[in-house]
Amino acid sequence: MAHVIQVSGVRKTYGSTVAVDEVSFEVNQGEIFGLIGPNGAGKTTTMECVEGLRTPDRGTISVLGLNPFHDVYKLQDRIGVQLQQAQLQKRIKVWEAMDLWAALYQKKTADGERLLEQLGLIEKRNAWFMNLSGGQKQRLFIALALINDPEVVFLDELTTGLDPQSRRAIWGLVRGIRERGKTVFLTTHLMEEAERLCDRVAIIEHGRIIDIDCPESLVKRHCPERTVVLATDGLNAADHFRVIPGVEEVICSNSQFTIRGRGDDLVTEVIHCLSENHMRVTDFRTVLPNLEDVFLKLTGRSIRD
Amino acid sequence: MMRGLWKLTWIEIKIFLREPLGAFGTIGFPVLVFLVWGRLASPKMVTTPVAATGFIRVGLPVLASLLIAVSSVLSLVTIISIYREGGILKRLRATPLRPQTILTAHVMVKLTLTVATLALLVIAGKRYYPVGVQVPFFAFAMALLITTWSILSIGFVIASIVPTARFAQPIGAIVLYPMIALSGLFVPLESLPPALHAVARVLPLTYAVSLLEGIWSGDAWSAHVGDVAALVVVFLICTALSTKVFRWE
Repeated sequence: MAHVIQVSGVRKTYGSTVAVDEVSFEVNQGEIFGLIGPNGAGKTTTMECVEGLRTPDRGTISVLGLNPFHDVYKLQDRIGVQLQQAQLQKRIKVWEAMDLWAALYQKKTADGERLLEQLGLIEKRNAWFMNLSGGQKQRLFIALALINDPEVVFLDELTTGLDPQSRRAIWGLVRGIRERGKTVFLTTHLMEEAERLCDRVAIIEHGRIIDIDCPESLVKRHCPERTVVLATDGLNAADHFRVIPGVEEVICSNSQFTIRGRGDDLVTEVIHCLSENHMRVTDFRTVLPNLEDVFLKLTGRSIRD
Repeated sequence: MMRGLWKLTWIEIKIFLREPLGAFGTIGFPVLVFLVWGRLASPKMVTTPVAATGFIRVGLPVLASLLIAVSSVLSLVTIISIYREGGILKRLRATPLRPQTILTAHVMVKLTLTVATLALLVIAGKRYYPVGVQVPFFAFAMALLITTWSILSIGFVIASIVPTARFAQPIGAIVLYPMIALSGLFVPLESLPPALHAVARVLPLTYAVSLLEGIWSGDAWSAHVGDVAALVVVFLICTALSTKVFRWE
């Protein structure tokens, strides 16, 4: 697979603060690649270096074969960018913004009216930017990022502060971008978003990338634990559970059991044990680790800002 | 990139006119000053035309024009700092648009509005304020454009150093209004104390006033080459300075 973005050994400091250090990764043609990390981990700095908005102190970046620093205007013509916390002129109308953006690109642009339609903004085309809701503003920024029919789309925290409906609508849109063969590079601190949307994820912490893989592999690698929670009144149930292969811990409170262990077969083994011992089960559920568990495990649980 | 420049300029003009207070401050205020002052003074003018040769005949139109230029600059400073604070400048930079194109569009907006306001002033003056002298309006408009263009570059320097949008207007006013007071418009330069005279000599508005007064009274351009040169020097220095200190975010 061709690499659309190649980042290698990038370091960027602000004064004495090291924002990112030794950051290296590749983004493949046609995938949704997510950069996840706590606030202040270096997500936006990394993304803005790739977009050509910041110049790294060290390291090399190549996007679509271009150097974002030297060929910034050529690059801007071929990519679409949505920035975190951007604004437009308060009193610019939706259609004027689309019209202005369309005039800024050399290459043939996408049909602005159609984009507004797809993004549910067509009824707002004469509204001022300041009178749009948060979700509408965000969708307008996505429309602007797509106006030049870009080959790579950069989305920085695209659903932060949006309600669940808008968030899901925007996820659908991003998948649509991938279906049209475009590459998407996004940052988020919503693990659910990364898990549902991204083909591959890089976890960044304190300016360094800790691991890169598809979400399932990351979970398998860092959180192999499986948990089964069940309720049974079978005799000596806990003793039976403790001897199941792979079980590490059994917690019992009244007739409720929490069985922790590792291995893909854990759940099957538990079911097998239940039927072998003819235990009557009144509740049974499994708790599987997700990307959020991986994230908390790798980046710690302390609150930061 | 010309297409982007025209479109951005046109959209910025429309946006500016949609903001009632901003539009009034820039366009309405100089016209209002002109009309009110002119009205108060006009009966005197009619009875003793000789007295009208002083401040009312030349000074007031020049003051009003200078106010046009200064409010353009204040408005530029405010808009640029609001755009920076809101990330609008940054968003525009994340396109193939050249940074200098973004700033050029704003200069063009201000120059257009300056001409429009001057036209309004002339129309208002013709109706309500019998100046009754032949004034080379075209040359005067050119002189005002040169003045505005020159001090807009001061605006960019101010816009680079103001910390937040809240301070933009007051800091701009503190820098620019005292310059009007010392420009020789109200008090002849020669009668200023030596220290203030020396200060006035290095202030750009002094040259602007000399140029505007001269052209308004019918001087030839050749008599004001020095003034134009001084304004060009101000533009060059401030532009060089702001390319060093201008912040986009």
